[in-house]
Order: sequence, then C-alpha cells, then structure tokens
Amino acid sequence: MIFQTPIMALLLVAGLASLTALWSGGFAVQVLRRWNLADMSRAQLQRERATELVSTLFAAVMLAELAALLLFVFNADRMASLFVGAMCAVGTLNVNGYGFPALYLKIGVFFAATLWLMLDRADRMGRDYPLTKVKYGVMLAIVPLVLADAGTELAYFLNMHTDVITSCCSKLFTPANAGLANEMASIGPGMSLWLLGFAGLAVAVSGAVVLWSGRGALAYAFLSALMFALALTAVVSVIAPYIYEYPNHHCPFCILKPEYNYYGYALYIPLFLGTGLGVGAGMLSLFRNRESLADKLPAMIRRQVIWSMAGFAGFGLATLYAIASSNLIIFG
Amino acid sequence: MTPWLRRQRALADYTLASLARRKGKNIALVAVYAIVVFVLASAMFFAASLRFETSAVLRDAPEVTVQKITMGRQDLIEGSVAEEIGKIRGVTSAKPRLWGYYYDRIVGANYTVMVPDDPEMIPEPGSVIVGEGIPRARGFKWSGAPLFLSRYEGDLKRFDVARAFESDSALMTSDLMLMNEADFRDFFEIPAGLYTDVVATVRNPNEVATIVEKGSNALPQMRFVTRSDIERTYQKLFDWREGLLAALAAAGILAFVIFAAEKASGLSAEEMREIGILKAVGWDTRDVIAMKLWEGGLVSLGAFLLGTVTAFAHVFFFGAPLFAPILKGWAVIYPDFALAPHVDGLELLTLALLTIVPYIAATLVPIWRVASGDPDAVMR
Repeated sequence: MIFQTPIMALLLVAGLASLTALWSGGFAVQVLRRWNLADMSRAQLQRERATELVSTLFAAVMLAELAALLLFVFNADRMASLFVGAMCAVGTLNVNGYGFPALYLKIGVFFAATLWLMLDRADRMGRDYPLTKVKYGVMLAIVPLVLADAGTELAYFLNMHTDVITSCCSKLFTPANAGLANEMASIGPGMSLWLLGFAGLAVAVSGAVVLWSGRGALAYAFLSALMFALALTAVVSVIAPYIYEYPNHHCPFCILKPEYNYYGYALYIPLFLGTGLGVGAGMLSLFRNRESLADKLPAMIRRQVIWSMAGFAGFGLATLYAIASSNLIIFG
Repeated sequence: MTPWLRRQRALADYTLASLARRKGKNIALVAVYAIVVFVLASAMFFAASLRFETSAVLRDAPEVTVQKITMGRQDLIEGSVAEEIGKIRGVTSAKPRLWGYYYDRIVGANYTVMVPDDPEMIPEPGSVIVGEGIPRARGFKWSGAPLFLSRYEGDLKRFDVARAFESDSALMTSDLMLMNEADFRDFFEIPAGLYTDVVATVRNPNEVATIVEKGSNALPQMRFVTRSDIERTYQKLFDWREGLLAALAAAGILAFVIFAAEKASGLSAEEMREIGILKAVGWDTRDVIAMKLWEGGLVSLGAFLLGTVTAFAHVFFFGAPLFAPILKGWAVIYPDFALAPHVDGLELLTLALLTIVPYIAATLVPIWRVASGDPDAVMR
C-alpha cells in the first residue's frame, strides 16, 4: 500500500525528521560533553553557530510533523473505504498492530517537539544561553521518539493488506467491551460533563492565579494535562454523540469526517494547543530562577498561559456549540 | 501590533524588495518549482476526480451481482437463480440480465451490448439505441443511417439506430448498444432461459454481507460480487496509478531539490555582499536566517499557487491531455467527458508536504552556512 501519494508524503516527512533527529542527536552529545561558553576556541564557536542550525531545523521538523499528524488522521479516514469493515479512521488504524501505536507516537512527537521549541526560545532569550545543556539533554530523549515514530509508521504502511477484515469504530467504542476506549465510552454523559466543567473551572482559576501573582504555573500545567485527559473522555462519552445526534455512536474519529463538517478539528486543534502551551508554561517555570532569564521568562510564561486559556476556551465554546445546536436530547 | 508581528512584517517587506531586485533569477526558480508542483498536482487532481466519478456512478449500481462459475470461468446463468435470490429476506428485487461485448471488426472497437431493464428504453425489433461513441467511431455522416454489424466473415446484420444517448452520461454509455431480448438472443445465439448474470438490490446496505453469506450457502457454485468490492477495486486501481505517477515525479522532485540546494549554497557575489552588509549594520545570524526563510516561504507560496492553479486548469478545463492516457486507461472508443472539479484539503496538504518540505530541507543548511559566516569573510 506504499504507492499512495499521502503515504509517500508521510514517509518523506518521517524520513527527513529521522535524519534531522539523528544528526541533531549526535550534535547534542557533543554539546553535553564539551559546551563551555568561557572557552574561546574555534570548536566552541562552531558549536555556538551550529545551535542556530539545530534550532531552525527542529522548528521546521516540528511544523512538518504537525502537518503530518493532520495528514495521518485525514488519510486514515479516507482510506477506510479500502478495507472491509472499516467505516472511519479507526478501522484503518486497526488494520494491523502498528496503526494506533503510530498515531500515539505521532502525538507524542508533536508534544515533545512543542516543549522543546519552548525551551529553545527561552534559552535564546538569556544572553548566556542558560538552558543549553538542559535543551540538548531533552533532545536526546526526543530523538528515539522520532525514530520510533518513523519506524512504526513504515511498519504500519508496509503491513497494510486490504484483505484484512478490520473492526469498525462502533465495535471499539461501546460500553460492552473491555479496554480503555470502552471505559471512556461507558462513563455517564452527565458525569463526564461535570468532570469537564470542573476541570475547566480549575484551569480558569489556576490560570487567573498565574496571571495575577505569577506563581502556580506548575499547578496550571498539571491541570492542563488533566483537562486534556478529561476532554478526550468527554468527547468519547458525550460530545461525539451530540455531534452525531445518535446516543450510541461514540467514535472520536468520525467527527473529523466531512459529513459532520469536520467539526472534530474545531475541538481538537484548540485542545492540543491549549494543552501544549499550558504544560510548556509549567516546564518553563522550573527555570524561572536562572539569573539571566529572571526578567524575561515570567512574561513568556504569562503569555503562554493566556494563549493556553484561550485554547481551552475555544474547545469549551466548540463543545457548547455542539451541544446547543444538536437535535439530540440526552438530559431531561 | 506586537513586536513579533512588526518584526515579521519588516522582514517580509525587506525580502520582497530583495526578491524584486533579482527578478530574472527568482522568476526562473519559481517557474521550475511551479512545474514540479504542476506535474504532481495534475496527477493527483485527475486521479481524485476519477475516484469521485466512479463512486458517483456506482451509487446507483445494484448491491449484489451473482455470476455462475464453471471451470473457473464465468458461464451463462439460469433465470431460476434470480427467483431463489429474491427469496432471501432483505433482498428487494433480483433480476437476470442479458449483456455482452461485441467486437466490431470494421473499426476495431468493442461495444457493450445490453438488454435494458427499463421498458421505455427497449428498442423496437430490428433497431438499437446507441451511445455517442458508436456513430463517432463509424463516422456516420447523417442521422438515421443504418448500422451494419458483422459477427464473422460473410455475415452482415442490419439494425436501425432508433436514437443516440446524450453525451452527459458519456462515461457510462459511450460504447453502449441497447437491443431488445429477442434480437439479443438471436444475434448472440443464446438459448432461452439463460442469462449473463443476476443482479439483486438490497434494502439495507448493512445487510449485504449477511445476504451474500446466505446466498453462497444456498448456491455454492455461484460467485457473489458486491458493489463495495467493485468500488474498492476501482479506488485501488486509481490510487495505484496516481501513486505510480507520483513516484515517477519523485525523480523530478529530486532533480529540483539538487537544483535548489545548489542555488542556495552558491550565492552570487552580490548576494554575499548584501548579507555581509546586513551583518555589518547589526543583523545577527538569526535575523538573516529569518529573512532567508521568508524568501523560501514566499518563493514556495508563489510556486505552489501557480502550480496548483495551472494544474487545476489543465485537468478540469482541458481534460488533462498530458496524463490522461496513463490515468484513465485507453480504448478505441473513449468517452468524451468533462471531469467534475473535485479538490479537497487532503490533496492540497499532501501536495504541500511533497513539494515544499523537500525544498525547505534542501535550502536550510546552505542558508545557515551563509548566514552564520563572519561579515568580512562573507563580503570578501
């Protein structure tokens, strides 16, 4: 199945990302061992220059990976018509054992790359590059993730056989089966909406605290992650049924289809942005005491918290609109 | 406006002016880039609209087709099979069909001959209804000219042309010839009671799999083909052809990437001096990289828009003369049909990734190398 244009595009991005990751990983080892700003040697100067290249390359890879994540899901959805039993992306991803791991790794790479770019930005704000070693240490952790993503993706596409009968999303997301997907679907709609509402409130309060006092960014990051998990649960258990106007269909992928006006993208994009920025704000607050960052970092954290709250608010509005405009009545 | 936005606006402003200063070189780059986009985009648009067209055509096709298999080959089927299929619960109707191919030795083309189901379409004895391709292939000069068909050397059979189909259904009817049942059995010497195949319609598409299972248990010597099987096969075929063209285009992309990398690393003396001056007046490496990225972004955007728009016109206004033989297959009587414009986000995103990513990848390292040099070294 490798002779499909979108698959070729995805493999191209994955291949280039792996190349970049391998080279940057090698450079990161060098930085961790020899980085010394006081050193006036030619080698150190070259290292300092090369950091510019690594930052630019990584930013480009991250942009491409973001586009690839969208394309991966979009393409899985479109290819569903090629497999017996598949009706949306879930069926395509279930064609073999590599589909869902590939998706999770892609999401992982996306979040990891986002956090790394924030570290990079913070590092370049200080005149003495205070976070360089941290930044390249983190990069060494991201490299295997990028390689694993490329490997799983390749295995997934190479092992795609159209004579396999896959299972449809309505089989996976039902309370009757065992597994995480079904746990999510079987939480009561009322319960999950209350949980989501409380999480949203907690995020808003903690965000306000960060903006007002400049403290508590770590708590905000933790709440953002919690909000992310609860939001995904709420999508499966209650928001998706509202969009389908059908109480027993819980699939979180079918909402990305054109039949539902691509509504899923309005939910997921702000949610992912809000979460990435929120967790990043918490991560940055760990370095607030570095001397050269003391005057600039708090402003950056504040900005991130504001944008993160805007993202969550966007998700909340999209949720409310989905419920208000639906003809389905679950409560009352 | 935030400082960030102001900085980007200033960079874009500067970059545009600097691009305009070297018009000739940049127009050449954009043109080559746009050709790469154009080739890929034409292949993708064309395949996508063929896929779209097939699924639109198949939407009205019957859910299940039943064929009799003898010695691994399709054989004529008894009319009684239709009654048996019709008895399966969930089947709304099951009808035997008579149809086949006729090879016209005069023009060397194949016609599809069919007995229509719709009573209004059944022609009078001795006359036929034909698709627009048949009079075209035969070179009929006036309407009402009779059609002579020869099955073997020395044989000649005359049919009157009752009427011809309009060309708006050309993809399906171009090579079609409708006859009534008696003429058909006589022309092809088919005994009464035997048919080509049986088609069944099913009320609920979710039940197709169950009905096929029941049918093949009751009639094990028959082959059941479902509409989604056909649709899947067409999809795979067009996907594969599109993929093949894209893979061929990869060679072109590679050549373009080498060209772009070469161009980005071998800057002219004038460009070198420009960067040297910028660094001397206080730009740092990051600013120069940002400026060069803006340049790459603007060039990519221009080439992408130009390539996509010309590909759109090529495929949907002119019928893709460059790629049509590969993508749609060929035949002596090929239907004249206009493709319905159909472009979606998936295609545009794929196209962007396949063309812009290699370009950016090829130019990033040269850009950095130029940008990080010392001003005096760059200028010298």
